[in-house]
Amino acid sequence: MRGHQRKLDIKNACIDLSHGSGGRAMAQLISGLFHEAFGNEWLARGNDQSAFDVRAGRMVMSTDGYVVSPLFFPGGNIGSLAVYGTVNDIAMAGAQPLYLSASFIIEEGFLLSDLKMIAESMGEAARSAGVHIITGDTKVVERGKADGLFISTAGVGLVPDGLDLSAENARVGDRVLISGTLGDHGIAVMSKRQNLAFETEITSDSAALHDLVVKMVEAGGCGIRLMRDPTRGGLGAALNEIAQQSGLGFRLQEEAIPVKPGVAAACELLGLDPLHVANEGKLVAVVAPEVADAVLGAMRAHPLGCDAADIGEAISDDHHFVQMATSVGGGCIVDWLSGEQLPRIC
Amino acid sequence: MKYADEFRDKEIAVGLAKAIRAEANKARPYRFMEFCGGHTHAISRYGLEDVLPTNVRMIHGPGCPVCVLPAGRIDMAIGLAMRPEVILCVYGDLMRVPGSQGASLLKAKARGADVRMVYSTIDAIRIAEENSAREVVFFAIGFETTTPPTAVMIRMAEKKRLSNFSVFCNHVLTPPAMKNILESSDIGDKGQFEIDGFVGPAHVSTIIGTEPYEFFAKEFSKPVVISGFEPLDMLQSILMLVRQINEHRYEVENQYRRAVTRDGNLRAREEISDVFELRDRFEWRGLGQVPYSGLRLKRSYAIYDAELRFEMQELCVADNRACECGAILRGVKKPVDCKLFGTLCTPEMPMGSCMVSSEGACAAYWAYSRFRDHRQRRAS
Ligand code: SF4
Repeated sequence: MRGHQRKLDIKNACIDLSHGSGGRAMAQLISGLFHEAFGNEWLARGNDQSAFDVRAGRMVMSTDGYVVSPLFFPGGNIGSLAVYGTVNDIAMAGAQPLYLSASFIIEEGFLLSDLKMIAESMGEAARSAGVHIITGDTKVVERGKADGLFISTAGVGLVPDGLDLSAENARVGDRVLISGTLGDHGIAVMSKRQNLAFETEITSDSAALHDLVVKMVEAGGCGIRLMRDPTRGGLGAALNEIAQQSGLGFRLQEEAIPVKPGVAAACELLGLDPLHVANEGKLVAVVAPEVADAVLGAMRAHPLGCDAADIGEAISDDHHFVQMATSVGGGCIVDWLSGEQLPRIC
Repeated sequence: MKYADEFRDKEIAVGLAKAIRAEANKARPYRFMEFCGGHTHAISRYGLEDVLPTNVRMIHGPGCPVCVLPAGRIDMAIGLAMRPEVILCVYGDLMRVPGSQGASLLKAKARGADVRMVYSTIDAIRIAEENSAREVVFFAIGFETTTPPTAVMIRMAEKKRLSNFSVFCNHVLTPPAMKNILESSDIGDKGQFEIDGFVGPAHVSTIIGTEPYEFFAKEFSKPVVISGFEPLDMLQSILMLVRQINEHRYEVENQYRRAVTRDGNLRAREEISDVFELRDRFEWRGLGQVPYSGLRLKRSYAIYDAELRFEMQELCVADNRACECGAILRGVKKPVDCKLFGTLCTPEMPMGSCMVSSEGACAAYWAYSRFRDHRQRRAS
C-alpha cells in the first residue's frame, strides 16, 4: 500500500477531515508525522496499544488535557507543555515517569507545518525527560469545533520503594519550599495573547521536574511529605488544596517568595497577583523541618531549582487558611481564585 | 516578594506606622473613608489594618466602578447582548456582576450571547472593523480614569467612519458621589457613622486634578489626601490625614505628587468634555439616583450612543433585600454585618456587587481579611 501514498506536503498542506477518517490519509499522518517525531520501538510496531514490562512495586498514573491559547508562546508550545505537564504530575509522587500516551483533537484547516513543529517538540521533550510516547489517537473535527488543537496526555511512572508522598503526611512545623520564581508561564502566555510588548521577554518556565525530584528525594528521603506543581491557579491554589487535604493551615512570608521583576511588573500592569498566576516548571514541597536545609541545598544545586526558597511553614488552623505576612508588616489570606483571574478596569 | 521594593519597604512602613501611632490622639477615633476600590484592595492585600492603631479605622467607600453599577444597567446590557446582531465588548470584571435574578453577562454568554472580553478600547474598534456585518457595542464603565480612552475611541470610530460601532455609556463621576455620601441621612449628625476625612483616588486625580476636592474640604470640613495605591503611599496619606485633624486643618493635600497636579490632565479633560455631557441623574448601586453624577454622549455623537441606537429602555431593578451593599458602599456597615456574607454570598456566587470585583469591599474582605474575624473570635 505504501507505494500509492503521496508524501505529506508539510510545507503547504493543512489538516482536512480525511486526516481523521481512519483511512489512508490518517495512517500517513500518523506514520509520517507523529511516529517520525516520537520515534521509538513501541510505536514502530504499529499496534493500537503498546505492551510493556512492569516491575514489582507501586506505579502512578496521571492524565491531563491541554487547551492553551496561543499554541506557541515564548519558551515552548502546547506540545512540550503536554509532555512536561504529565511528566510533572507523575514526578510529584516522587516517581520516575516511564510511558506516555498522547491524543490529538485537531481542527480542520490546521497547518501541517505547525503540527509537525508541535509533534517534534513533544518528541524532544519526551526524550529529554526520558519517557516514551508509546500510544496515541488522532481525531479531526470540523472548522469551528476546536480552537486549533487540543492535546491530552496520560502517563505512568514507578515510585521508588518506601516513598509515599501525600498531603496527609504534612505536620505542623513543616517547611514550605518553592523551586523558583512564580508566574513565568502564565505571564509568558498572557503576553502573547494580549500582544503586550514587555521590555524584557518573559519566557515560560515549562520544564520536566522529575530529575530535580530525584535530587530532592536523595537529600530529604521520607522527610519530604509531599510535592505539588502549582500550575493553574498558581501557588495560591496549590497551597489551599494542600491545606484542605492535610487539615492544616500555612503561614507564608511574602518577602521570601521569589518573583522575577519583569513578571511582577506585568502583574502590576494587568492587576494580577503572581501568587495566582500559572507555572509549568515549578514545584512546591512540604518537608520536615529537620531536612529542610538539605533539601533546599539540593534544589539550589539543580539548574531547575537555582532560585529555590523556603517561604513559610505549616501551622495548625481549623479553617485551613493560607495566611501570609505581607512585605509591610501586615497579614492577609492567600485565597483560592474565584473564577478566572481577570485584569482589572482601572 | 522581591519587587517594587521602594513602595513596599518594610522598614519605612514600620516607621510610618510608628509615626501614626505616636501622633494619633488615643482619646479620639479617626475614621477615614478610602473612596477608591484600588485603595480598599491594597488595604486588604497588604494587611494595613494590622499596622494601624485601633483608633484609626478605614471605611470602604463606593469607589469600585463595577460595584456601583446597578443591576438594571447590567440587565440592559444583557438584553443588548442577546440581540443576534450584537457583539458586546466588555472589560473582564463586568462579566460576573449580578443583574436581576442572578443573571450575568457570563451566563448570557453561555446561553449564546456574543460577549467578548476586551483589554482595551482599541480591541473593541478592531472587532468592529473585523465584523462589519454585525453591530459592535462597547460597554463603557468606570470613573474619570477610564473616560478619556472611551472619548478617544469614539473619535477614532468617527475618523474611521465605522458605522457598526456604538458605546453603552456608564461612566460616572467621583465628586458627586462623595457629596452624596456626606449628605446621606445615615451619616453625620443623625447617623451612627462619622467620617473624619477622605483618602482620595490618585488615578482619578491624574485626570481631574486635586481642585474638585477643595469644595469638600471647605464646605464639609473634611480633610482630603490624594493618595497612591502602594502600601507606603497609603500609610503616608493616613499620617497626613491624622496630622490635619490634629491641627484642625481641612485641606486637600497631594501625597501622589509623582503624577497628580492641581489641574490634572487638561488634554484628557478636553477630550472628555468634547464627547460627553452630564446626565441630570444616574443610578448608583447602593446610593440610588445621584444628581449630575453620570455621563452620556453629546448630541453631536448620538450615532455612537447605543442607548439611542437600540432604543434601550432604562431599567430599575431592586437589589436582594438582605444585601447590604448600599450601606457598605456608604461606609455605614462592614461586610461582616451582612447576613449573606460568606454564606449565600461568596465570590463564586455573588449576590451583591461588592462581592464581584476584587476591589469591592466584600470581596476584598473575603479574599484577604476574613481570618481576622476568626482570630478575634478566638481571642475573645
Ligand atoms: S455580602 Fe454580598 S449581599 Fe452582602 S453586602 Fe456584600 S455583596 Fe452585598
